[in-house]
Amino acid sequence: MLNPDLVGRTFEGAKSETITAQSIAAFAGALGESEIHLAPPTYAITISLAQSQSVLIGSGLDWSRVVHGEQKFHINKQLTAGMNVRCNSTIESARAVAGNEIITVRSDVIESGEVAVISWSTLVFRA
Amino acid sequence: MSVFKVGEVLPSKTYIINRGSLVAYANASGDQNPIHQDEVFAKSVGLENVIAHGMYTMGLVGEYVGRMAGSSSKVREFSAKFTKPVIVPADVDVELVVSATVVELTDEIARLEITAMCHEVKVLGMTKAVILL
Repeated sequence: MLNPDLVGRTFEGAKSETITAQSIAAFAGALGESEIHLAPPTYAITISLAQSQSVLIGSGLDWSRVVHGEQKFHINKQLTAGMNVRCNSTIESARAVAGNEIITVRSDVIESGEVAVISWSTLVFRA
Repeated sequence: MSVFKVGEVLPSKTYIINRGSLVAYANASGDQNPIHQDEVFAKSVGLENVIAHGMYTMGLVGEYVGRMAGSSSKVREFSAKFTKPVIVPADVDVELVVSATVVELTDEIARLEITAMCHEVKVLGMTKAVILL
């Protein structure tokens, strides 16, 4: 079980990363996108899910029990190659349902001090 | 003047999901969970077979939304629930059929409700997008 005190806490990303053209092209290509120089709408997951994983494993949860339940993106600014981004993740909610633990993490992908993309992942840790 | 009308059903598109495309998505996304690639492992954890990454299915739907908007750069909000796994047996091309209905229009945006089906079963729930006009 997640320590309830962690709900509402924000974990700042340890380091920033620079988005590469190769990374966008590989992701866009895997989805059959025609404009492979543009980050697809779901591209931020490559940044946000790793951060959520590290936060939740660090909080004692077993990642091998996880199933992705729900996902939402708000895209204020499309991510592009060369952007230097940082990701801050906040545990928004945690609830127990039928022995499973359902946790929603909000990740803010920040570029030049502004939130470019917000990614909400609802993750189900199976009992 | 928008090209869309409220209530309009947008043309559907069919995407192919197979073992090869799952490997390509795993490599591009970094999600190497073996339930998406390794049949023996998937069955050992109680799955019927290898399943697609939920984010891969959602990503293909994202391609559809960007296509309907005219460019992926016009997608402002996008959400989905992963309600049913997409099961991907070896040597099979699984068809994902995506369509959408325009449910709201303003001067600036269109709101879409999207359906994603495999074998006539909805694999995503509450799939919605907001695109810039």
